[in-house]
Amino acid sequence: MSDVALGAFQGVVAAGGIGVDQVLFPNRSEYHGLVAQLRATGFEMCADLCGVDYLTHPGRSSVPAGVAIERFEVVVNLLSLSMKRRVRVRVQVPEADPVVDSLFDLYPGTEAMERETFDLLGIRFTGHPDLTRILMPEDWEGHPLRKDYGTGRVPVQFKEVPGPR
Amino acid sequence: MSSYDETELPARIIERPEWSTKETSEGAQELFERDETSREQIFREAGSVLRMPEGPVLDASQIDVERSDDETMIINMGPQHPSTHGVLRLMLELDGEVVLRTKSVIGYLHTGMEKQAEELTYVQGCTNVTRMDYLSPLHNELVFSLATEALIGVEMPERATWIRMLMCELNRMSSHLMWMATNGMDLGSTSMMIYGFREREMILSFFEKTTGLRMNNNYIRPGGVAADLPDGWEDDVAVICETILARTYEYDELLTGQPIFRDRTEGVGGLSAEEALALSVTGPLLRSTGVPWDLRRVQPYLAYDQVEFDVIVGTYGDNFDRYAIRLAEIRESIRIVRQILDKMPAGPYRVQDAKVTPPPRGRIDTSMEALIHHFKIFTEGFKVPEGEVYVPVESPRGEIGCYLVSDGSSKPYRMHIRGPSFVNLQVLPTLLRGGLMSDAVACISSVDPVMGEVDR
Repeated sequence: MSDVALGAFQGVVAAGGIGVDQVLFPNRSEYHGLVAQLRATGFEMCADLCGVDYLTHPGRSSVPAGVAIERFEVVVNLLSLSMKRRVRVRVQVPEADPVVDSLFDLYPGTEAMERETFDLLGIRFTGHPDLTRILMPEDWEGHPLRKDYGTGRVPVQFKEVPGPR
Repeated sequence: MSSYDETELPARIIERPEWSTKETSEGAQELFERDETSREQIFREAGSVLRMPEGPVLDASQIDVERSDDETMIINMGPQHPSTHGVLRLMLELDGEVVLRTKSVIGYLHTGMEKQAEELTYVQGCTNVTRMDYLSPLHNELVFSLATEALIGVEMPERATWIRMLMCELNRMSSHLMWMATNGMDLGSTSMMIYGFREREMILSFFEKTTGLRMNNNYIRPGGVAADLPDGWEDDVAVICETILARTYEYDELLTGQPIFRDRTEGVGGLSAEEALALSVTGPLLRSTGVPWDLRRVQPYLAYDQVEFDVIVGTYGDNFDRYAIRLAEIRESIRIVRQILDKMPAGPYRVQDAKVTPPPRGRIDTSMEALIHHFKIFTEGFKVPEGEVYVPVESPRGEIGCYLVSDGSSKPYRMHIRGPSFVNLQVLPTLLRGGLMSDAVACISSVDPVMGEVDR
């Protein structure tokens, strides 16, 4: 199967594994433009968007050489119904400045997914219309899916439990 | 609640006064009155989240952003409302009985299952994921097992694949029957509720016989299935198929042609294909808009390329289409199950790799290696090679996907479940906008959200 038309994208492209044709590694400035390009070439749906915290597993082999590895990764699985194929976009997000562009203007369906990623991993999405916590209570402190978020420190965590979390 | 006596406040609120928001301290997740909302935000909410890149789907002139708060009312529906199918909370802005804006507030059932998965081995992982979508537990187990197996790179024995397919199709039937029951209930047909539960119980009894549990089966595991099918399973399944197929025609008489039911569902909660695609909607919701997208057909997994079935699509994307699709999918599942009955191959029901599959009980007493393998698998678990994979399957609610990252240890480094209910729920503002309050219940039901999966 032919490669996906990538337009002006010059970043790293890896061959896909099971069920995915290609894995693309844009940097943060290329990310939005690349997804816009993919949307224009027929990827109608954003099937999934999630984040991964690679704090304790930095030297991952699934990232090819040439990609500057950062702590966080936002993983987007795009789906083309017309071409019956999938492509995965993995963008590296640094710990010091965990901000990426929102895909909301391209795929409105990413609204809840980006909110979930923000809620659980603390990655912020520029341009998201309503970036609030979605699963955790509004006043929760910390982002539970981060690897340095301690589990089991407070036996039962309710909103009004006093003391540090 | 503005006149707080400071001594009554929790200590952490005194330290950080900005945490003390109004009443429930969940401020920003809520739907706000128009005075407190920016014009742009009202526009977005009134038009759902839809702002399509290629041209406006929504006519801007239809949105009345100038309406004052005096004319409208924001009410809460749920999280304890029986028609929200769990703990879904909807905030509805109403003008009389017409719904203007909707916002769903979720998270009441959030139990951190994705975090939990990082603490469990791959062997234990299925007990966790099976509790997400508790109406189709076997699909959750399937997607997790397929993702794990994709990373390990093992080849499934043929019988394991076909057993999985049989159980998943039965599960699809039971899930849709449950939906028929609750949807009937939401629309006032209590007899449909009783019939739906009655038929579902037949399937759950078979699950209990096969897996030991009615729900949360932990039956499909990485490396195969937990046990072979019980003796005489062919007869049980044949009876299930025959009975339920006959009963679906009773549902036709009870609901499909019934004028009240049709009035309540036809033309209500309309959705277009463009809207559905933009909102990443999958499953019967997407098919109701006329998009023939069923992963069993377009990206076959298991052995779905070896059985015959039709992908049911609708035309109008309304509640009736979604009802008709689910009813027809029960019949298609019966068709698949009958083919599986004929084609079920013999052979092992799990991988014959001692590193992945625990040895049979009998061998533990006689073989030292078997004892060691048994001990290692159930204490440490098996190691999965480093890598990442995304595996989607078609659950009764749509595409359920598992994004699995392994760091080479025996526990997932990250497991993310793309829950179809979670994504499909975003469609509610679109479905409800401009409709009547009484139809809101029908629309929520037709999305078929399972809150265990929405909140995970």
